[in-house]
Amino acid sequence: MKSYPINIKSFGECAVLVEWPSKVDESILMDILDFVDSFKSLKIPGWEMVIAYNSVTMVNYEDQVDIKKMEAMITDCYAKRNASKVKREQNLWNVPVCYDLEFGIDLQEVSKTLGLTIDELVKQHTSHEYIVYGIGFLPGFMYLGGLPSSLEIPRRAEPRLAVAKGSVGLAGKQTGVYPQDSPGGWNIIGSCPIPLFNPKLQNPCFVKVGDKVQFHAISRAEYDLHKIEGEVGIYKPEKVVLNA
Amino acid sequence: MLKVLKSGFFTTIQDLGRFGYRDKGVPVAGAMDTESVKKANLLLENEPNAAVMEITMTGPKLEFQAPTHICLAGAYLSATLNTKPLENYHTVKVSKGDILAFGKLEKGFRSYLAIKGGFQTTEMLGSRSQYFPVTKQKCLKDGDEIDYLETSSFSPTISEIKLHDRFSINTLEVYTGPEFSMLTDGQLATIFSKSFKISKENNRMAYQLAELIEGHSNSILTSGTLPGTVQLTPAGRLIILMKDGQTTGGYPRILQLSENSICDLAQKKFGDTVSFKLI
Repeated sequence: MKSYPINIKSFGECAVLVEWPSKVDESILMDILDFVDSFKSLKIPGWEMVIAYNSVTMVNYEDQVDIKKMEAMITDCYAKRNASKVKREQNLWNVPVCYDLEFGIDLQEVSKTLGLTIDELVKQHTSHEYIVYGIGFLPGFMYLGGLPSSLEIPRRAEPRLAVAKGSVGLAGKQTGVYPQDSPGGWNIIGSCPIPLFNPKLQNPCFVKVGDKVQFHAISRAEYDLHKIEGEVGIYKPEKVVLNA
Repeated sequence: MLKVLKSGFFTTIQDLGRFGYRDKGVPVAGAMDTESVKKANLLLENEPNAAVMEITMTGPKLEFQAPTHICLAGAYLSATLNTKPLENYHTVKVSKGDILAFGKLEKGFRSYLAIKGGFQTTEMLGSRSQYFPVTKQKCLKDGDEIDYLETSSFSPTISEIKLHDRFSINTLEVYTGPEFSMLTDGQLATIFSKSFKISKENNRMAYQLAELIEGHSNSILTSGTLPGTVQLTPAGRLIILMKDGQTTGGYPRILQLSENSICDLAQKKFGDTVSFKLI
């Protein structure tokens, strides 16, 4: 079991930041998740944990954060992260995307720039498992890693003022889904009909950091069906438990 | 019911915030100036988290449809109840048909209307704070009706408090942020010796400061951000995240405002100046 040097920083009156080496690396993310499980097993109320890439921001609004005490506790939790390990479920979510030109408003341009046919582009986009390195920016927005280099394309020179909810985009080393209407500069290649964020549910976002996402192409008719299922709340996202 | 005859510039229902969903990318939201809200709720003998109305710059016109008690806090917005002037931090009995209106903004930027028992809007993810798309609307609109509890028998223990005016405070107390150490001597000197104007880009998500400082080319991996986090963009722009601010960001987080200073900043508007002081 590899140990990383971790860096504990005070972050205002209510938070502590814990950083791992600054790298996009699945084993670092898994190490952070192990640490978070270890801390959560202490069952101290009031803490919220925001994991993103190589860090976890620990926020507490119930109590003043005592940094010295926290440093000791964090160091101890990190050392014990494998001791009484609860098995964490890691899911692979199979997320539908319709790559019709109606939704993929930048598909033709992207296919030209990348030198791929639209079919090849869709095949590549749907043949990889993307790991969720963080959820942020907008409620339910996933930072996905693992995009093949053949699909790397710069952001659009001019961001759009409005990108439609569900739009699937490419930007640099990232791909992702806009969970709501938003301004944005990503190249839009399709649309996901199912809600990735639903505030009516107690767990408003079925995906969690550390899960994986794979897209699969659907027809326009399937898109319409899933869209209705999503709106009335009967769509069940497809998943495979990876570490069952 | 409270009838919103006119909604004003940007009026929302807020409590102290939505906790526990940050890991799903949901901002904490909640009242921008929690100090004012806590005092008003205290006077009404409400829970500190009772939902209030946050009123920004230009106030709404409201009609009460049942008796209750109210208390105003925060900015001075020339409030009147049936044309009679109302004071802040003073509990007032209201009757069916009473009209609460607001006028000229005198001091501060955000005023709060607290009501006995708190506004009874639907809780979404454990909070009544309006934030789209967690709540259906991002703010109140003309014609909305907001539920509250009819109360005629309340006699407050304390009917008013006198407070030192905090609107003249222009110094924001800050802690070092996670990327504080990347600041150059030049940047440090500018940040802690100059004052900065609040730009037009100021809202519940963030306050941008008008003056640019020396830029940088440091990049960080996206990481957690908080209300009160001061980000520095490569172009040298200072952005202070507020209650509806995103939960993660990729700009260096150079400073972190104290919880008190977040309340002070929430009362600043376009053109006001602020400076930073390390604590």
